[in-house]
Amino acid sequence: MSTQSIPPSTRAVRAIEEASIAPAPSPLKVVLRVASTVWSNGKARIGIVILGLFILVAIFAPLLAPYGARQNGFDRSADASAAHWLGTTAAGEDVLSQLIWGSQISIFVGLVAGLLSTVIAVLVGLSWGYVRGFGADVINFIVNLFLVIPGLPLMIVIAAYLSGGGIGMIIVVVVITGWAWGARVLRSQTQSLRSRDFVTAAVFSGERPFRIVFREILPNMTSLIVGNFFGAATAAILAEAGLEYLGLGDTTVVSWGTMLFWAQNSNALLTGQWALLFAPGLCIALLATSLTLINFGVDGISNPRLREGKQR
Amino acid sequence: MTSVTIAPGSADVSAAPRITGSGRGRAWAYVARKAGLLLLTLWAAITLNFILPRLMPGSPADAALAKLAQNGPVSDATKAAIEAQLGVPTGNILEQYVAYLHQVVTLDFGVSYTFYPQSVSELVSTALPYTLVLVGVVTIIAFVLGTLLGVLAAWKRGTWLDTLPTLAGSFASAFPYFWTALLLLFFAGYVGRLFPTSGAYGPTATPAFTIGFLGDAIYHAALPALTILITSLGGWILGMRNTMISTIGDDYVTFAEANGLKPRTVALRYAARNAILPNLTSFGLALGGVVGGSILVERVFGYPGIGYLLFNAVTNQDYPLMQALFLMITVSVLIANFLVDILYGVLDPRTRR
Repeated sequence: MSTQSIPPSTRAVRAIEEASIAPAPSPLKVVLRVASTVWSNGKARIGIVILGLFILVAIFAPLLAPYGARQNGFDRSADASAAHWLGTTAAGEDVLSQLIWGSQISIFVGLVAGLLSTVIAVLVGLSWGYVRGFGADVINFIVNLFLVIPGLPLMIVIAAYLSGGGIGMIIVVVVITGWAWGARVLRSQTQSLRSRDFVTAAVFSGERPFRIVFREILPNMTSLIVGNFFGAATAAILAEAGLEYLGLGDTTVVSWGTMLFWAQNSNALLTGQWALLFAPGLCIALLATSLTLINFGVDGISNPRLREGKQR
Repeated sequence: MTSVTIAPGSADVSAAPRITGSGRGRAWAYVARKAGLLLLTLWAAITLNFILPRLMPGSPADAALAKLAQNGPVSDATKAAIEAQLGVPTGNILEQYVAYLHQVVTLDFGVSYTFYPQSVSELVSTALPYTLVLVGVVTIIAFVLGTLLGVLAAWKRGTWLDTLPTLAGSFASAFPYFWTALLLLFFAGYVGRLFPTSGAYGPTATPAFTIGFLGDAIYHAALPALTILITSLGGWILGMRNTMISTIGDDYVTFAEANGLKPRTVALRYAARNAILPNLTSFGLALGGVVGGSILVERVFGYPGIGYLLFNAVTNQDYPLMQALFLMITVSVLIANFLVDILYGVLDPRTRR
């Protein structure tokens, strides 16, 4: 253990102050600074590369996939071969092509549901952190309720009532159950920021509360919001796969979740088709991991103690 | 879940009025306040369960009655029970609510039509012990093990003891529950033939409190338990590591080090002891995730707990059973959260003020 010249707490406080009390910089600078801090973290760099690969695969799926997603008529439940690298499904579809096309659904759901949950979390979290009195207590109760009610059972129940709703329904269900955590995190940050001098200055200069919350306080929480987006997107991808695996989505859509649904229903375990079981789950896990890894870098923006390379 | 930590109990403490008096009185006031909050939350969850089917398009009640009619004539009592649970478009909403509350209090949820003529309450009480034991035991093991590994990772920061558990943990916690389950089932069940592939006990066993049956039940629960452990362990490692790193930077830890205390004493009795508290708050929240994950795990292994029952209810659109199960799961998680809150108050006297 080394002795240090500056007490760690002082250094951290200074870093936090530098990060959060600086006068609102231009959005481009914020994005660049966030990006470079995230990139400087080794784990986050791995995550960005994996995510980038998946996005490229999703965009260029029509070029990359050897066959159509639902194109069948090949040998049923065939093992891996030169024509079908990962074999075929029980319905005679090419597994590799389904895997490539399926990436579009997971990435789409992750992006859209993550974004929508984050928007709701920001709106609720920031207003909740700023208001006081009875209103805050009511929001507190509602958010806590959504936090403690187990998400997946609630999703399953809602999805069961809206049966056969497809991707749109899944996004709605995921957002309904996924915004509360972010709202709570952003609220506590808003509470700590609202007592800072720059907010007091804005109040005295006669700015309206709406402007104070969204123009003065919001830019100081960029890192938390970005982190919340990646967290929400990860949860959305896993939830979507889980719901589709249970057969609660539109089972005719080709996605990683429905691939596993059909794999289980056609007894791929008994026929020994390990690739059909292994590949979609691995893709889900890799995509979710990449987002989690990126968040390691994002955490470093809000908490300098979590940055890599700068040890105690 | 992001790894951002919230100040322990910040939400509840600041709003609470300061109660002066003896420590014991303060402690009881804390328990009373938490119990009041539990009752309020229970009421809200029960009411949500009432509102949900009524918000949905179509008429779940009509669908349920139509399904039930396939099993034979529907008695008036059953019809009334289903309407109270799932709603009638024409009825008085307040009367329905009162009837529904009566159902909940008396635990009378009507008849399941998937498992006709068994009552919903019978089905739930048969399935509940399996999930309760499975999820309960595994969650406690995961919490203890993950916390210890997290302490180690933070203390040995930068070494392989940090990198390996952190990376493996974040990778494993990104595994979809059902995928981990499918892989274990495939390799340890079908290929390796090490463990049974489905059920909670062998075909010849009858549930009883005998050594033989318990051994058989543990043998059948091994793979589901391992799945939940693998997937939930990472979250605890990461959470503990992050709070622990913040604690290690605090002055009192530096002071303890400067005093020449043994590193192990500093790590466990100074840093970890304080870092564990914020982690405990997420215990309650994480429990919801584990319960959700166990539904998928039970589906994969055909494990006859609450989750498998819920899956069956959903695929057969057995709304009465589904509603009762959702309520059961929510109430269990709420009560577990309440117990964690109480434990938190015992461990951290500051929250009691």
